[in-house]
Amino acid sequence: MTETEKKQDFTDRIWDFFCSLKLTILLLLLLAVTSIIGTIIPQNSSAAEYIRLYGQSNYELFTSLQFTEMYGSTWFIALLALFCVNLICCSIKHFPRTWKFFKEPVRVATPGLLKNSSNKLDLHSKESPEAVLEKIKGTLDKDFAKTVRTDADGKIYLFAQKGIFSRLGAYMTHISIIVVLIGAIIGNVFGFKAFVNIPEGDSVSHVMTRDGSQRIDLGFEVRCDNFDVKFYPNTSRPMEYASDLVILKDGVEVYEKRIVVNDPLFFDGIIFYQSSYGQAGDPTISFQVTDSQSGESQEFNAPLRSRVQLADGYSVIVTDFTDNDRSFGPAMRMNMISPDGARGNPVVIWQNFPEFDERRGDRFSFAMLGFSQTYFTGLQVAKDPGVNIVWAGCIMMIIGPFVAFFMSHKRVWACIEQEDKVTKIQLAGNAHRNQAGFALAFDDLMQKVENAVKNDSPTKEG
Amino acid sequence: MDSGQLFNLTTIAYFASMVLYIAYIATKSNKVATVATLAALTGFIIQTGALGMRWYESYVILGSDHGRAPLTNLYESVVFFAWSIIGVYLFMEWKYFKKYRAVGAFVLPIALFAMLWGQMSLNKSIDPLVPALQSNWLTYHVITCFIGYAGFAIAFGVSIMYLLKIGKEEKHQGPEPMGGILGMFPPTKVLDDLNYKAIMIGFPMLTLGIITGAAWAYYAWGTYWSWDPKETWSLIVWFIYAAFLHARFTRGWAGRKAAWLSLIGFGATMFCYLGVNLVLSGLHSYGGA
Ligand code: HEM
Repeated sequence: MTETEKKQDFTDRIWDFFCSLKLTILLLLLLAVTSIIGTIIPQNSSAAEYIRLYGQSNYELFTSLQFTEMYGSTWFIALLALFCVNLICCSIKHFPRTWKFFKEPVRVATPGLLKNSSNKLDLHSKESPEAVLEKIKGTLDKDFAKTVRTDADGKIYLFAQKGIFSRLGAYMTHISIIVVLIGAIIGNVFGFKAFVNIPEGDSVSHVMTRDGSQRIDLGFEVRCDNFDVKFYPNTSRPMEYASDLVILKDGVEVYEKRIVVNDPLFFDGIIFYQSSYGQAGDPTISFQVTDSQSGESQEFNAPLRSRVQLADGYSVIVTDFTDNDRSFGPAMRMNMISPDGARGNPVVIWQNFPEFDERRGDRFSFAMLGFSQTYFTGLQVAKDPGVNIVWAGCIMMIIGPFVAFFMSHKRVWACIEQEDKVTKIQLAGNAHRNQAGFALAFDDLMQKVENAVKNDSPTKEG
Repeated sequence: MDSGQLFNLTTIAYFASMVLYIAYIATKSNKVATVATLAALTGFIIQTGALGMRWYESYVILGSDHGRAPLTNLYESVVFFAWSIIGVYLFMEWKYFKKYRAVGAFVLPIALFAMLWGQMSLNKSIDPLVPALQSNWLTYHVITCFIGYAGFAIAFGVSIMYLLKIGKEEKHQGPEPMGGILGMFPPTKVLDDLNYKAIMIGFPMLTLGIITGAAWAYYAWGTYWSWDPKETWSLIVWFIYAAFLHARFTRGWAGRKAAWLSLIGFGATMFCYLGVNLVLSGLHSYGGA
């Protein structure tokens, strides 16, 4: 073996390796098995958390194997890349064979095909070949597909085919995977995933990436006018989280939308998702105080932990508040302070039970009237310029296997020749998939052809 | 009549159908097989009514604004799994294996088990949906995933039959067909083909299930893929069945190895459906029910 032959042999072997279906199966199973790791070991947690869960030495092992961020690890990406190379090489290798069906359809049936096909029909007729041809052509054109005529070595050939595109189903499926990955890469490189908290009434023009590494300028302002959380009646099960968002460009309101979970706001390629909420600052509580000596009632609006002056040097401080005390509804806790500065015992007042506090028998009795709390809305903010490419890939990934599995390339040939005084007719057909189904359809079709040919003075041969 | 009673009737019909399919293998009487199919079909029709009834009940209980398709907790999903299995099974029996109904004896038990588990030990209450689940994508996602799972469940039953039969068949000598129970099984060639056909139905549906899930995640959270354990396991299942499909193109991988791959695939499917929630944790919320 010469040096160049050796080289040739070596590159051939590399090529065959990358084209091989065995490699495909191996890679698919490897991807399946290795993917399990990341579902068992929590991903992207803190070092402390890993050490708590697995101990120091295991943690070091995991980081060296990149198990803590394994879906972005060098080896997992390499596996995916090898998978794509395999996919592309395989397609390149097989495509020319498929393309031949498009470029050079077998229009003239070989004697072998006509004789050995498992779907075939032989007929005789006393009519002229041209007359018979017209009948067969009419039937095939109408009930199967448009026929093409070829005259060769004294015989007339007809050819018709249907569903040739199904031969591309597998390619479409394979390309779809590459398309999805390209979309994903574009999204990762040119997009971002971020979050922002906006207190009611405030606006922001920057957001932080979710890993906290980067501050992103939106190029416009988002204002949250209002945040609402609704619960199902008599339960603590949330029914709806909603934020009224307004987009401002150069201080001018250009767009507004009430977003809820599952219905985000799209603006300028950036999407805002309702994700969480929380209390922004202390609530203001309103309550009524009745002085049993004077019989007078007075209403107050007090921020939490502020001191409210009452008659004769007495005062009160609201020390705590909750919007739902067990299941009794909103409640506040307060302390009376007497003129000499002594602090009384804490007292709890429930908004839903306004008459309750009188029973304490103190000089001042309290009823809670309501509260106002400002919230902040927590938004996920994402920009993904690759997402439409991903969806396009997904649509191909749905259509591709459907075409590959459930459609087939069906072909029918006819050969008509004059033999002595008789016209001899041979028909054959095949499908590249679902042969059983095609056999039935072929029999049906042949029945029609036979009827057409027999129409006057036919002779049939089984 | 409420949906719970209809689901109980369904369970009885599936039980009867299973017994009849087994009786068919024992008696070789085609009449028994026909009755078995009719029992399964009856159960399926009752269950379809029951699902509709439960859907309606959700509007009655939760009010006209909050009703939803019965696909939102573990109980509803288990029941829907049984429905999907029987639906796909009846379709395939009608389309591909009218002559080989013994397969029913290996598929009906899976659906029956799902119904029994759901009816006897899962929480059946109709609760209103938390905001994250209030999406039409949920319906599309669950339906497509479960039809996919159903295809794999049938492939699983068929693969077990294949593995039971192939060992004996290889030892079996002589031209006469095998007798006994295994003689009632479809020929191994047919079983191998049915395994492939069931996965041909399951695989595109799983693909659609993963894609609708990704679309939903995109509309709810802003990322179509986040390597959440449930997502990852669905991808693992997808890889395994993709390997199965390609294994059939290389010689030496059809038959026994394909049947094993189908068993492993179904194991992974069940882990994806139940194991992830019961063992691992993540975004998906059926586990708590
Ligand atoms: C997970 C990724 C993949 C999916 C979902 C997929 C899907 C499919 C589908 C649906 C078919 C048609 C099946 C049939 O005709 O019955 C197919 C065929 C095929 N695939 Fe893949 N495939 C994948 C990866 C690959 C890779 C990486 C290779 C590369 C070596 C490959 C090579 C082939 C070949 C050679 C065929 C047969 C084509 C034909 O019959 O014309 N596949 N694939």
